[in-house]
Amino acid sequence: MIMNKIQIFSKGLIKENPTFVLLLGMCPTLGTTSTAINGMSMGAATMFVLVMSNIAISLIKNIIPDKVRIPAFIVVIASFVTVVQLCMQAYVPALYETLGVFIPLIVVNCIILGRAEAFASKNGIFASALDGLGIGLGFTLSLTLIGAVRELLSSNSIFDYTFEFLPGNGVLLFALAPGAFIVLSYLLVLFNKYLKK
Amino acid sequence: MKSSLKNMVVVLATITTVTSFAVGYVYKITKEPIRKSKVQKTKSALEEVLPSFETLSEPQKLMVYDTDAENIIIYKATDANDAYVGCAVESYSNNGYGGTIRLVVGFDVNNSINKIAVVGHSETPGLGAKITETESPFIVQFQGKNPNEFKLSVKPDGGDVDAITASTISSRAYTDAVKRAFEGVKKSLGEEVDAVGSATSQYTKAEATQDADNNQKTDDNE
Amino acid sequence: MGYMEIIIGSIFVNNIVLSRFLGICPFLGVSNKVSTSLGMGGAVIFVMALSSVFVWLIQDLVLIPLGIEYMQTITFILVIAMLVQMVEIILKKLSPSLYQALGIFLPLITTNCAVLGVALILVQNEFTLLQSIAFATANAIGFTIALVLFAGLRERIELSNAPTAMKGVPVSILTAGLLAMAFMGFAGLV
Repeated sequence: MIMNKIQIFSKGLIKENPTFVLLLGMCPTLGTTSTAINGMSMGAATMFVLVMSNIAISLIKNIIPDKVRIPAFIVVIASFVTVVQLCMQAYVPALYETLGVFIPLIVVNCIILGRAEAFASKNGIFASALDGLGIGLGFTLSLTLIGAVRELLSSNSIFDYTFEFLPGNGVLLFALAPGAFIVLSYLLVLFNKYLKK
Repeated sequence: MKSSLKNMVVVLATITTVTSFAVGYVYKITKEPIRKSKVQKTKSALEEVLPSFETLSEPQKLMVYDTDAENIIIYKATDANDAYVGCAVESYSNNGYGGTIRLVVGFDVNNSINKIAVVGHSETPGLGAKITETESPFIVQFQGKNPNEFKLSVKPDGGDVDAITASTISSRAYTDAVKRAFEGVKKSLGEEVDAVGSATSQYTKAEATQDADNNQKTDDNE
Repeated sequence: MGYMEIIIGSIFVNNIVLSRFLGICPFLGVSNKVSTSLGMGGAVIFVMALSSVFVWLIQDLVLIPLGIEYMQTITFILVIAMLVQMVEIILKKLSPSLYQALGIFLPLITTNCAVLGVALILVQNEFTLLQSIAFATANAIGFTIALVLFAGLRERIELSNAPTAMKGVPVSILTAGLLAMAFMGFAGLV
């Protein structure tokens, strides 16, 4: 039983990693990872919505008629996203501005609707929360990793901690749009080669 | 659960109502902090760019160029003896690489630039975003310059401003916003040396366009 | 802002896929063949132009007068979902041939973040109705151009001999990176 729960939690980290294995939620993965801290904040915001919506949907799963399942899920998810939006605007306005349109766009992140449909609508509250936490953590770690690599290559720093990695000031391209695609592509190659069975 | 029209409508209506109330509640809680953080941002920017002052005038809104879509906002600062010490302008430029750049530009009593703060931008990190680094040579070159002698456009365009390497577009937009602020101050203070009269007439015209715009907005709403 | 600036700017300079990173899922998902990518592009242009009108009307006639702009995200996603359903039903009745061409892509559009993204951006920029339509249509065209170009590239890559770990998605994403680099050349056009 406990093994089972641990599995539910840990599968999101590597085996069903949303970014590197399932390739879901690619827009924020590319759009908000210019630095490690941005990637991590985006991951955390998504994780919050994921856990909360998983819990809420698992709570109400028995009273929702099948045909309106998806609209009901979307309303629940959108509400949690708006809550995150308002709270970030109030307490971390600078971060809110940096992440911009990607915060409201958590609504259409396929990871969240996907977990609601595939897991939370069939499982209990505790398991759903764990599932959300695991997948969310996998997503956050992936985004932080991509952000860290891009920050390192583009400005010789990680989490604003500067050190001499590349000669000069780093390769600017990696902070720009093409760099996002290129870094993601090579990280996928490494992931396929060493971690995927 | 099996779907019938009745339970579909009831469930969806209930979910929507409950979540709307929940979101409305969070909105009520966060409303004050959001407003405060916005006010605080403007306030700290004003304090940063102005020479030391005691009181600020009511904000004055005006349109600088006829083609502009948005007002700039001017705050005049006075010291303890009610003497004019300078002014701060909330200005902007729509020509940034990532869209609009918003600045607060401070001028001293001689209309020389005191300091400039960036309050909003979406320039590329590591490139155009250098306009926010307060110690960088690009920012420092504006300080203490009087735009009557220091031509406000980047060197490739024949001005006196050294652009940030590889970010001419951001530099040009930043300079454009500073220029808009300066033109606004000239209009507002009516101190244009060569043509005081035309400055005032322009000002009324600007107000007229603004009114026209407002009317148009109301029409649209109806 | 002039219409020309909006149109050129959103098709090339700030291309919605390659520089704003919206709509990546369909960009990677339905770009195996040029013909399917054209179908998807058509459906997106249709829905995005239509949704921009509805979103603008709702923002200006409902949300702003009532002072509930914070309900934006919830309202817009519901409107878009409803709109897609409606378009599907109407197309089925009125033009079966068009439905055949676009039908299978329509359900996918609800979760295409480009549609909601564009809706949010145009409200943020406080465009007029006509500007909104121009902006949305231009962005959808930009999406289609990127998608079709990418599909063309992928058709070729399928035939090439990539290292095992790179096969499939990684090499496609790398190609997208190169395409994005090419689009950077448009910077400063507007």
